[in-house]
Amino acid sequence: MSAVEEVVTEAPAVEAVPKRSMTLGAGASLVVLALLIGVPLFAKNFIIFQMTMLLIYGLAVLALNILTGGSGQFSLGQSAFYAVGAYTSAILMEQYDVNYALTLPIAGVICFAFGFLFGQPALRLSGVYLALATFALATAMPQLLKLGFFEKWTGGVQGLVVTKPDAPFGLPMSQDMWLYYFTLVITIALYILSVNLLRSRSGRAFMAIRDNEIAASAMGINVSLYKTLAFGVSAAITGIAGGLGAIAVQFVAPDSYTITLAISLFLGMVVGGVGWLPGSIVGSAFIIFVPNIAEGISKGLSGAVFGVLLFLVIFLVPHGARQVAVVCQQFVGKWTKR
Amino acid sequence: MELFTNQILAGIATGAIYACMALAVVMIYQAIDHLNFAQGEMAMFSTFISWQLMQWGIPYWVAFVLTLVFSFIAGIAIERILFKPLAKAPILTNVAGFIALFAIINSSAGLIWDFTIKQYPTPFGSSPFLGSQLISTHQAGMIGITILLLIGLYFFFQYTRIGLAMRAAASVPESARLVGINTSWMIALGWGMAAAIGSIAGMLIAPVVFLEPNMMGGVLIYGFAAAVLGGLTSPFGAVIGGFLVGIFENLAGTYIPGVGNELKLPIALALIITVLVVKPAGLFGRTIVKRV
Repeated sequence: MSAVEEVVTEAPAVEAVPKRSMTLGAGASLVVLALLIGVPLFAKNFIIFQMTMLLIYGLAVLALNILTGGSGQFSLGQSAFYAVGAYTSAILMEQYDVNYALTLPIAGVICFAFGFLFGQPALRLSGVYLALATFALATAMPQLLKLGFFEKWTGGVQGLVVTKPDAPFGLPMSQDMWLYYFTLVITIALYILSVNLLRSRSGRAFMAIRDNEIAASAMGINVSLYKTLAFGVSAAITGIAGGLGAIAVQFVAPDSYTITLAISLFLGMVVGGVGWLPGSIVGSAFIIFVPNIAEGISKGLSGAVFGVLLFLVIFLVPHGARQVAVVCQQFVGKWTKR
Repeated sequence: MELFTNQILAGIATGAIYACMALAVVMIYQAIDHLNFAQGEMAMFSTFISWQLMQWGIPYWVAFVLTLVFSFIAGIAIERILFKPLAKAPILTNVAGFIALFAIINSSAGLIWDFTIKQYPTPFGSSPFLGSQLISTHQAGMIGITILLLIGLYFFFQYTRIGLAMRAAASVPESARLVGINTSWMIALGWGMAAAIGSIAGMLIAPVVFLEPNMMGGVLIYGFAAAVLGGLTSPFGAVIGGFLVGIFENLAGTYIPGVGNELKLPIALALIITVLVVKPAGLFGRTIVKRV
């Protein structure tokens, strides 16, 4: 409305997180790992299933974290990548009899390509505009999956039923428990991969772009390549999570992958702390368990209770679980020095 | 040819809905620099309030004014209580706050007024307008009110002290504070005005889409799309964007084979993204130059 408005000094949309503080210390990592390995041995099958979903959503949140926390690009379209991964796995398993473990890398590769290609037009957009573009992708995906043209493969509105794999080599495990450990191994592998990615040359390029795009390009970073690459990597991990999700839930249908899923993943990232990779699992726990807790407190007002709980979390810790971890770390540091 | 003009007319009629919503979206974007995801739900809640007032036997226009006042105050209250403490928090945390607000309002409205669809009265009647079957007097009235609102806002921002203060607070907060503008209250005022405009949009839309807690879901997406298409910095662009989205949606539904109601939304969004890729600031928005 005035000429003054046209020049602004813009703070980066995503605050800079130094790469050292993106991970967890060795001791804490071991404790978490021991818990993740130990708990299912003493839990019921339903709890094991929920823990499997916890890991799967954790992976999807991690992927979004690489994209937003790492390279500073918003996305409300993660559900679309998740859907593509889920459908790739389901179709390969049910229509082409491919082993379930083999479908995951294929889902990853297909989603990488999809994400990389989507990253191309997204290059010209940032902030709200990018959010809208990815949002469009997320709303379009269920409709595209329902199209008559793909029905031969996707099963249309009905979706596909996926068979749950048995434990191999005659291991004395229930299907749920086998799937949990299978998911756990993949999650740990992808987590280590992501941490190393962010520590590598490419990861530093992502963060340089996040902090200041112009300065990054002046330093010789190929901005468009790394931005699309971030989309590709994020989509690939989300796709693998989607494939695992399809196997765990044993069912894929277009309406499981609506914008609601994308919003949940986004909330998971915020609650876990943007740019803090271990927070992904905390965020994932939030989006899996808090709606259930809200339902338990009041059936009719579950949405409102969920909203209030979410407000509480962001009021107390606006930087998510990372803030809690930092405080704990300082506390432990003081205590050991004494 | 007749089909074509008819579809354009129908497009303008639905476009008026989107234009109203887009105007509210732009208002709040001007004030706080974020897209408010809970805007549609706030409008829905206001509409329910006006419906409730009418159920108690209050005439339409009195209820209309009372609802405007209620929404204005509620908008300010929401800003003061919930979002002022978050002003220093990261942007993404704010967005999570909008989503939380969305959930709270939607679920409370569902509990108070339940999820059944309700009829909502129109002050303009619903007979055909100027003999056309496609635009009813209500839709014509809606377009009229949208345009009046736009003119009113133009004068408010261009010719009043407080409008000028609001513009200053939104564009250069530091300098505005230095010349004695209370920027924090300007933001609250922005919230209040956006809530009031949203409630007008809600009350105009309700006779067309019927009243229920989820009535705004689709409308808000189109409203966002229209605002972004027209340029988030321009109220005029938002209104034009609203009409364009309405027209395009109807034309795509009629002429592109295989596009039913299901695919209308993705196609409209795809068009908007294409426009944005070519013109990133929207059709009427000013390009914001970043200082390095």
